[in-house]
Amino acid sequence: MAARYDRAITVFSPDGHLFQVEYAQEAVKKGSTAVGIRGKDIVVLGVEKKSVAKLQEERTVRKICTLDDHVCMAFAGLTADARIVINRARVECQSHRLTVEDPVTVEYITRHIATLKQRYTQSNGRRPFGISALIVGFDCDGTPRLYQTDPSGTYHAWKANAIGRSAKTVREFLEKNYTDEAIATDNESIKLAIKALLEVVQSGGKNIELAVIRRNQPLKLLESKEIETLVTEIEKEKEDEAEKKKQKKST
Amino acid sequence: MNSILTACSDGDGPERKIQFLHGTTTLAFKFQHGVIVAVDSRATAGAYIASQTVKKVIEINPYLLGTMAGGAADCSFWERLLARQCRVYELRNKERISVAAASKLLANMVYQYKGMGLSMGTMVCGWDKTGPGLYYVDSEGNRVCGDLFAVGSGSMYAYGIVDSGLKQKDLTVEEACDLGCRAIYQATYRDAYSGGQVNLYHVHSEGWNRVSQSDVLMLHQQYQAEKA
Repeated sequence: MAARYDRAITVFSPDGHLFQVEYAQEAVKKGSTAVGIRGKDIVVLGVEKKSVAKLQEERTVRKICTLDDHVCMAFAGLTADARIVINRARVECQSHRLTVEDPVTVEYITRHIATLKQRYTQSNGRRPFGISALIVGFDCDGTPRLYQTDPSGTYHAWKANAIGRSAKTVREFLEKNYTDEAIATDNESIKLAIKALLEVVQSGGKNIELAVIRRNQPLKLLESKEIETLVTEIEKEKEDEAEKKKQKKST
Repeated sequence: MNSILTACSDGDGPERKIQFLHGTTTLAFKFQHGVIVAVDSRATAGAYIASQTVKKVIEINPYLLGTMAGGAADCSFWERLLARQCRVYELRNKERISVAAASKLLANMVYQYKGMGLSMGTMVCGWDKTGPGLYYVDSEGNRVCGDLFAVGSGSMYAYGIVDSGLKQKDLTVEEACDLGCRAIYQATYRDAYSGGQVNLYHVHSEGWNRVSQSDVLMLHQQYQAEKA
């Protein structure tokens, strides 16, 4: 029966596309939105929380996971595929600590995940992973980093990025609003992430899950109360802005 | 770790294999300006002196050195392999490998051959972003970080000199080089299996450089003259 598994699923099309990889990217576009922001002393990950069924325990649905004390990731796409990738990444973080006696750099673990994904686009009988990941963290020297990987196995560093449903809208918002002022303080960076998600999330603060890593501190998930407070702040700021504009117009 | 006689029973029979430390003296110690590495250059096959001009310091890369004690082939082969691994690491991660990681790679490589007769006692010396690094790695699977190591049949004599010389803190580079030289010389004086020349290296933040190569007989005359 080994003959069944020796044909590659990901093969080139006549015009040079890897269709399986592109279909995997479509699967990612169906996943719930995730946004990542690299501040000066903080990195922020925000995800759109899918509404949970009445009888479901909320705690078991987590889209933001730690890979090590100083690195964490959020994903968009097939949750089951993500679980596998996250497991392998966690093991690699510890193996690296064992063989090199140093924690991984964010770039190293991103490269490892991307290499893993690429391997599955060039193997017998396997399909690509249907997830894009946003990997954030701090390197040993204190530099904050944000990387994005996609099903084809490429990875890039970003200042801010979004993946999943409506990623384009969020990315356009970030391109307009990611300025040095906007990330000047930790609080401002967090608010920027929430503002970006509010563009696409339907019912406001309740459907947002937010996590931050500060330099030399482990991942911290914000409580829904904190998120609500920040959302009210943002809405107040919007009203104040609208008022100012009205006054300018009238004078 | 550095016992003169290592006895191990041979399973069934009452015969015991006594392993002498291999004929050599190699020495390395950390000080405030880096690491001093000093070695002799005699190779023996039993009571026969095979060579007086062996290079016992292996230049892994411009900022890492390895010393040779035990089987010459084992040491040079595995350290060349380590050099290859270190270079690949550098290319992949765009930064130099740390001394801890390099010594770990070597230790893991030889551990797979544990019990199969490899004979290697080496010191991996270098300078990385955490400062000077010195690790002792051997074919038994030991890997130890330290400030001072001497390996080989003449190691006890070398330890005596360095231990007393390092009492004063803050050695200058010249004083440290002189100490290393003297330690190897004393070891060659008393140990029959060590001799030839003293090869001295200094590892600092920019890398390593070869300080001197002194014939032991010349050193003897020099030190005798100083005594008078």
